[in-house]
Amino acid sequence: MNDADTKVGAGGTASASSPHEMGTAPLSRERRQQARRRVLRTILLTGGVLGAALSGFLPLVYARTQRLRPPGALDEKDFLASCIKCGQCVQVCPVAAIKLADLVDGIGVGAPYIDARAQACDFSCDAVSCILACPTGSLTYTKPDFLPVRAGAAMAAKPILLAKEQDAEPTLNLAERIGVARLTRPETCLAIQGKGFKGQARGPGFKGRLRYMAVDRWKPIKVADHPYDVAECDLCVRECPVKGAISIETVFAPDGSKRKSPVVHEPCVGCGVCEMICPVEPTAIEIVPREVWKTS
Amino acid sequence: MTDVLKHRFREQIMVMFGREPKKPAVIAPEAQKIHLYKRGNRDLITEMLHARAHAVHDNKWRNRRWATLIIANLLFVVSFYFDIQLLEGALTASRFAGFHLADLNSALQVMLAHKHIITNLLIGTGTVLVLWILLGGRAYCSWVCPYHLLAEWAEKLHLYLVKKKLVTDQTIDRRLRSVFWVIFAVLAAATGYTVFEAISPTGILSRALIYGPGLALLWVLALLVFEVFFSKRAWCRYACPIGLTYGVVGIISPLRIKYKLDGCFHEGDCRKVCLVPHVLDTVIKGRAVDVEVPIGPDCTRCGLCVDTCPTGSLTFEVKGLSKLL
Repeated sequence: MNDADTKVGAGGTASASSPHEMGTAPLSRERRQQARRRVLRTILLTGGVLGAALSGFLPLVYARTQRLRPPGALDEKDFLASCIKCGQCVQVCPVAAIKLADLVDGIGVGAPYIDARAQACDFSCDAVSCILACPTGSLTYTKPDFLPVRAGAAMAAKPILLAKEQDAEPTLNLAERIGVARLTRPETCLAIQGKGFKGQARGPGFKGRLRYMAVDRWKPIKVADHPYDVAECDLCVRECPVKGAISIETVFAPDGSKRKSPVVHEPCVGCGVCEMICPVEPTAIEIVPREVWKTS
Repeated sequence: MTDVLKHRFREQIMVMFGREPKKPAVIAPEAQKIHLYKRGNRDLITEMLHARAHAVHDNKWRNRRWATLIIANLLFVVSFYFDIQLLEGALTASRFAGFHLADLNSALQVMLAHKHIITNLLIGTGTVLVLWILLGGRAYCSWVCPYHLLAEWAEKLHLYLVKKKLVTDQTIDRRLRSVFWVIFAVLAAATGYTVFEAISPTGILSRALIYGPGLALLWVLALLVFEVFFSKRAWCRYACPIGLTYGVVGIISPLRIKYKLDGCFHEGDCRKVCLVPHVLDTVIKGRAVDVEVPIGPDCTRCGLCVDTCPTGSLTFEVKGLSKLL
């Protein structure tokens, strides 16, 4: 097959220099064969490129990954439609929380996401600078009118950033949440077990950074460089950057006994700091991406 | 512009969309005179050909172009790495010293998929449009696109294998690129996803350079392998809608390659090095419609033909500027 191809190809190049002279004369057998092969190759390339392009839909079809998008992200479909995959949001983030998706995300390749457990958005930038950097409005302060806001996605009020609480303008310009924190593994939660925590929240090797107001407002430091010593674990509440988003409450267990537990409230924007800081492995509290606030 | 050149201008636009170049029906009398002269003095021409058979061939334009391409891409990398905020983003969209830039094809895909255009995107697209009208449309391909450079190296490998008789160039129908352009535009508008961006080697490579390598590079590798062993420069020639988008911009660009008929010996070295030899059909003996013919919009203004031409018959030209000087 390959040999035949080569011969025809080689013979073809010699006579192909003057195709216009062929006029309407009947094509020779060799030329017809050559033309047919060319059509086949064209179909091959068409199939190859389109196949590769359309295979990008597979991860969507299987909904393999639920990505946490950066703050201000449009709803998933609109987000993927409008993202131009330039990574400008990646470049402005002071804690490098935003990563770009790879091939396994198919159509979403090159689109930004946040792996909160590895590095959450702690709003160190104060102004949601990723939204400011976005050139296409994939991340936006205010949605265009034709895009609906899902019930419970809209924040009841502009979230107050604890770090900015003393400033003239303490709020974050964020109209919708990107997810909601949920205590997915309550049985492992140290607060519920009534335990304290001493040491580096995520161990000495953890590279994640966080802004500690007591250390430096403008320079986030490594979580590993900020060990804790608390009698009752409340790290998720202690480090939550948003006012009133989470608190430790006394709740009643099914058996009627009283115990402490972190409770998430409506102002939660889904930034993921609680998920990052949770010292148990795997984390007791997680962000559910694109989750809305449900009033029960 | 004379009628013959006007006709050729339109013809070359069709050639960009995939039509095969045709032998011209009408040739300007001045050009015809030169054609006839060349036909009547074959011995003289052979003698002159022989005399400068070993003409030195430098790589002036290629070196300038490679340097530009590497610097442009390095600017993105350096800007992020050292956080100097000079050229933020990637080739798909960026900010130069704070000013928005958006790749025309990526922006088009986003506009078609999202059906909503914010001001910043409009500014970025407009700026880039003006930029490449001035700089020569597909000059984007050969002077900026990182895939182009890899493909050039792959082409060298391909040509080596051809010389060793291990592979042959399998040509493909050039109309396919136009078909792909339409398919990807329709896919973006209909599905609401920027389907092409997922397989765009330009975007993948640009992001890989700036943000680190990923599995998506495998697709780029597959394309290069296809080009080395099967079909020379296949992606740029037969598939890439980015090239066609910038080609359309190049229709009205004043920056182009100009061909001068009188000094040309028609050996065809330029056509051998050219990525888009269909735009150089005019250098074939007897084809030039006028004594000076501008090369069509599908030309990437890479300058390989300018470097290669032993007689200086192919040169860069800025329309209007040469008249002014």
